[in-house]
Amino acid sequence: MATQNTKTLARLMMAPSVIVLLVWMVVPLAMTLYYSFQNYNLLTPMNVSFAGFFNYQYFYTDPAFFQSIWNTLVLVLGVLAITVIGGTAIALLIDQPIFGQGIVRILVISPFFVMPPVAALIWKNMIMHPGYGVFADIAKFFGMQPIDWFAQYPLFSVIIIVAWQWLPFATLILLTALQSLDSEQKEAAEMDGANFINRFIYLTIPHLSRAVTVVILIQTIFLLGIYAEILVTTNGGPGYASTNLTFLIYRTARLGYDVGGGAAGGIIAVVLANIVAIFLMRAVGKNLDK
Amino acid sequence: MGSITLKNVQKTFGEAKVIPSVDLEIKDGEFVVFVGPSGSGKSTLLRLIAGLEDVTGGSITIDGKDVTEAAPAARGLAMVFQSYALYPHMSVRKNIAFPLKMAKMEQAKIDKKVEDAARVLNLTDYLERRPSQLSGGQRQRVAIGRAIVREPSAFLFDEPLSNLDAALRGTMRLEISDLHNQLKTTMIYVTHDQIEAMTMADKIVVLNRGNIEQVGSPMELYNTPRNLFVAGFIGSPRMNMITGAYAQSKGAATAGIRPEHLTLSKESGTWKGTVSVAEHLGADTFLHLDVEGIGQMTARAGGEFGARHGDTVYLTPDESRLHRFDDKGLAIKA
Repeated sequence: MATQNTKTLARLMMAPSVIVLLVWMVVPLAMTLYYSFQNYNLLTPMNVSFAGFFNYQYFYTDPAFFQSIWNTLVLVLGVLAITVIGGTAIALLIDQPIFGQGIVRILVISPFFVMPPVAALIWKNMIMHPGYGVFADIAKFFGMQPIDWFAQYPLFSVIIIVAWQWLPFATLILLTALQSLDSEQKEAAEMDGANFINRFIYLTIPHLSRAVTVVILIQTIFLLGIYAEILVTTNGGPGYASTNLTFLIYRTARLGYDVGGGAAGGIIAVVLANIVAIFLMRAVGKNLDK
Repeated sequence: MGSITLKNVQKTFGEAKVIPSVDLEIKDGEFVVFVGPSGSGKSTLLRLIAGLEDVTGGSITIDGKDVTEAAPAARGLAMVFQSYALYPHMSVRKNIAFPLKMAKMEQAKIDKKVEDAARVLNLTDYLERRPSQLSGGQRQRVAIGRAIVREPSAFLFDEPLSNLDAALRGTMRLEISDLHNQLKTTMIYVTHDQIEAMTMADKIVVLNRGNIEQVGSPMELYNTPRNLFVAGFIGSPRMNMITGAYAQSKGAATAGIRPEHLTLSKESGTWKGTVSVAEHLGADTFLHLDVEGIGQMTARAGGEFGARHGDTVYLTPDESRLHRFDDKGLAIKA
């Protein structure tokens, strides 16, 4: 099949898409790199000059920098914990044969179809609002002081909203994994004297490990860049309490009109994301090789 | 100990009556084979005994104890599945040790039992491997190992050899028979392959549409099939069924004669036939013939009997081995 002829032809046919992809990736990266070394503020757009590492130093010494990295970490890990544990639980539940199974599954999966800003707005104004939100109503029903979620627990509120959005994804992947568990293995374990809990520990969890790895890898990629939910709910505040790295870049570049600083932040974010990716692949990627 | 008694056992799935009613007595130490075509309810019957399905009616007794409602693990039975059902993420050692671990046995005792089982089954060199690194026959032995460490009162085999190639199937057949001779434990074995049934069983249970057609030793079933179904199912190639004038002359609606009980000649005989296909197996030759006045018949000839497509051959039945059946398909006693 792979004669010299077909190889050359194949390369030729693939070239346009490869080139487009490369340009799409390399040009923005190169521009970001370029701007990160420039003094470029939109308030004084005429005054552009080479800045050396000043932008990086500026971003790094920003007191919000380490807090935003910490917030990013808490956000990612919090959402991962909720979605993996909750997703497994829900997948176990909807794997049971019940009446109206199809509709239940569609309902469970539907949050994934709601756009992030819309979902965040609904949570903000209809569920977590201290005046007329559902949570406030529940608190009032029990005679308690309603919680002002975004003022008192800003990062936790964002975590809940994002987790709600990603729960269906985890559920879906884990459900398909559950369904691929060989029924004869379950029966064999049953005959071997394993009760429900033992079957879950020794059979289901090892079987799910690969799916959990996929969930963690994919979600981490998206969760590192969470932005819309923060913008429409807390706007990063109060103070920097719910600002993650992405949002700090937005603050620097768009609210501070500092293109150079924002670009430097972007490059730092890329480097950090790659470090996280390497660790992830080392830690959980092994699971995929089996 | 491992005597199992089924009394009026019934099973329905929704509207479908899979097993109308079955009574069966299995004695301690017997090798019992459930055999039947697909859909005959043989696997369902095994799963009912294992406790993996609930009975709709009737009772199951093991060693005098009613276990009709008991959980699978409480019945003291071990099962070997068709797909082997090994735990893929555990090593062979952990697979075999799993039932003992679940029974909360001490680690030292578990180790000893696993090593003993591995020695019996020639698995000692593979104990640290994963199931995916083993061949089909080795996986089969691991599944058997997982069953024997529990020292069950009976082994249940659900078509255990159907995923193996023909040569390995022959070897494993011997190994399982050998294991039965060593352990002397009751074994119940489900298969659709009548050769496995004939070669391994002390007692064969022939099932058809959830009903027991006949229970008996392999030779009993071969020599005195109770009805047309058993006559057609046991024996390879199938028995020739002859209806019409010849059967009536013998006082039966259907007369059956096995291919090996026909004498072949090129000069003269009772029936005259034309060879349509000749299968040469070396030691034997199976001739598929068009016989005048009867139709299709199969006959076994010696390997040296030269016959080719289109040849004319004469057949003479051994009338002492003739099986006679009435119009309901039941055997007529001589």
